Amino acid sequence: MIEATQVNKDTDPYLSSFAQLQKELEGKQPPWLQQIRQAAISRFSDLGFPTSAQEEWKYTEVAPIRRTAFKPAAYENNGLTIESLTGLTFGNLQCPRLVFLNGHYSAELSSLKGLPETVQVKSLAKVLEQHPDGVEPYLARYARYQDHPFVALNTALFQDGALVHVPKGEVIQEPIHLLYLSTGAEEAMAIHPRTLILADGSSQVSVLESYVGLQEGVYFTNSVTEIVAAENAVVDHYKLHQESKGAFHVGTLQVHQARDSTVRTFNGTLGGKLTRNEVNVVLDGEGAKCDLDGLYLISGSQHVDNHTRLEHAKPHCSSREMYKGILGEKASGVFHGRIVVLPGAQKTDSKQTNNNLLLSDEAQISTKPQLEIYANDVKCTHGATIGQLDPDALFYLRSRGIDEPAARSLLIYAFASQVVNRIKVDLVRTELDNYLFSWLPEGHLIREAV
Amino acid sequence: MLEIKNLHVEVDGKEILRGIDLKVKAGEVHSIMGPNGSGKSTLAQVLAGRETFEVTAGEVSYEGKDLLEMAPEERARQGIFLAFQYPVEIPGVSNTYFLKAALNALRKERGEEEVDAMDFLALIKDKMKLLGMDETLISRPVNEGFSGGEKKRNEIFQMVVLEPKLAILDETDSGLDIDALKIAAEGVNSLRSPERSFIVVTHYQRMLNYIVPDAVHVLYEGRIVKSGGKELALELEEKGYSWLEDKTATAVNS
Repeated sequence: MIEATQVNKDTDPYLSSFAQLQKELEGKQPPWLQQIRQAAISRFSDLGFPTSAQEEWKYTEVAPIRRTAFKPAAYENNGLTIESLTGLTFGNLQCPRLVFLNGHYSAELSSLKGLPETVQVKSLAKVLEQHPDGVEPYLARYARYQDHPFVALNTALFQDGALVHVPKGEVIQEPIHLLYLSTGAEEAMAIHPRTLILADGSSQVSVLESYVGLQEGVYFTNSVTEIVAAENAVVDHYKLHQESKGAFHVGTLQVHQARDSTVRTFNGTLGGKLTRNEVNVVLDGEGAKCDLDGLYLISGSQHVDNHTRLEHAKPHCSSREMYKGILGEKASGVFHGRIVVLPGAQKTDSKQTNNNLLLSDEAQISTKPQLEIYANDVKCTHGATIGQLDPDALFYLRSRGIDEPAARSLLIYAFASQVVNRIKVDLVRTELDNYLFSWLPEGHLIREAV
Repeated sequence: MLEIKNLHVEVDGKEILRGIDLKVKAGEVHSIMGPNGSGKSTLAQVLAGRETFEVTAGEVSYEGKDLLEMAPEERARQGIFLAFQYPVEIPGVSNTYFLKAALNALRKERGEEEVDAMDFLALIKDKMKLLGMDETLISRPVNEGFSGGEKKRNEIFQMVVLEPKLAILDETDSGLDIDALKIAAEGVNSLRSPERSFIVVTHYQRMLNYIVPDAVHVLYEGRIVKSGGKELALELEEKGYSWLEDKTATAVNS
């Protein structure tokens, strides 16, 4: 058990939350998970919160998270109905979905209509309570709580989340939507959603994970998602977050790919006060392919930090990474993309791009591509750009009768659409387009034009 | 239609146009010729509203209105069109979207109903044929990956679709082979009418074999140093521009 005397005071409240949660979970979780959680909370206690003195956190200061006394989040439904969700971004997608309120599964807002019975889409808490054996080889085995304080915190404290398990050979046409809603209670809450996506051999599935804040308010979402793609499986994964303006969002997506598997991920950041996204992919079988895309669209004083790590562990794998950022007003961003090619991972084909569009003189971005190559027969390229709207292009549009706000919006839309158009699932792409039209000045004109 | 009086223009503190006077009536085609660096493109861009150029003196009236007071988009909506010397590539915006947005902005100004995607496609089909445009070009991003000739042709295509009252062609002929040149000229000629005027800025006389001008003006060091009929273009072609240097030298001495 955790000692009563802790050196690191910042972590204390979380240690008490852990002790409390362990009591509540007695008999509701398997022993193996309890052991992992125990190890994770110890690790969190050892590591403490990261500081900007650490290279990986140099440009992102998490002190506001550390200093806020977050309470563990409770299920709360103040009269939310399926109808009341339709006005939300990503709230009206006509596809099977699980809805979570403050990290807890909401049966009344969820519907799996149209989904084949062979596919498991379930509350993770229920799975762990009723038949945890199926997830034992995977859950918390990929996202490394040993190295990362926030992953450790999630692992120790998650109460619920989703399991998506697609059996061998099954192809699911409709996307599955996991909607994580924060109700924004008066007290600042910490929510630790956990998602596990298992795609067995030659299966195919698309999953949209969205995080939406219902009210302005301070809360902390600390999510972890693990994707395990078995041989020849195809997984499309979209994470879109539109947390409220006062919210903190820290998330890790951990992807493990076996031979000939394909994983396409898209990471969209639209909301939140402070966001840190980490995406780690391990290409662990020959012929595996990965697309790693992202879009951050921020203004005000929002801060977004995207850290990606692509590990080419086996030969003949390919990866394409494209992250685009649009930063207005006093927004600030970080992109740190690391590609590691391990010894023996010959014929690796990897390409990384990060383009940033600054819409004001005060917006800032720090971009750092990083290649670490330990094999000699590989093709790896990276490129990063930071720029403003092209005045020549603006004049060209205006000289054809398009007014300045619309011309600006059209150019911003065009910039974003280069990555948005890579989204394979129409439903998701359309919804994101709609968001762009609502975000951009004169967006309705752009919608008509395109 | 257009009257330019004593127009002076600077860029980065350097005077490029040093007192231009020019009158273009409805239905007329005026050609502006001159050596490189004489200010031809500056004049074309100033008329379209390019803000990097600073007008320090003079006035420009267009259909009785003060042109210099208008934003570029306002000028376009009032019927001015500039075919760019260097058309801009805009990745991510398809030609169709772009041109439809432009056309609708103009139609709205004229109090006409906006066209939808279907009508628009029908409308542009014939015009594409006229200019021998490859149909795939229209769905591609604006000018992206186009050859020099394709870009110029796309400018003429836009002009033919937008049907301006005053079209300014900025060295549209430069770098075109004779076939492309003929097609571009055909685009211009198809639009010629008593209500429509053209300013054809060019370095070479060849274009004027196909677009016969009513007047030719020679621009040199920011001033119109000579004006005449279409035969002046032939004279320039024959003699080149070097005689201008002697002429200005004489002018200064006398």
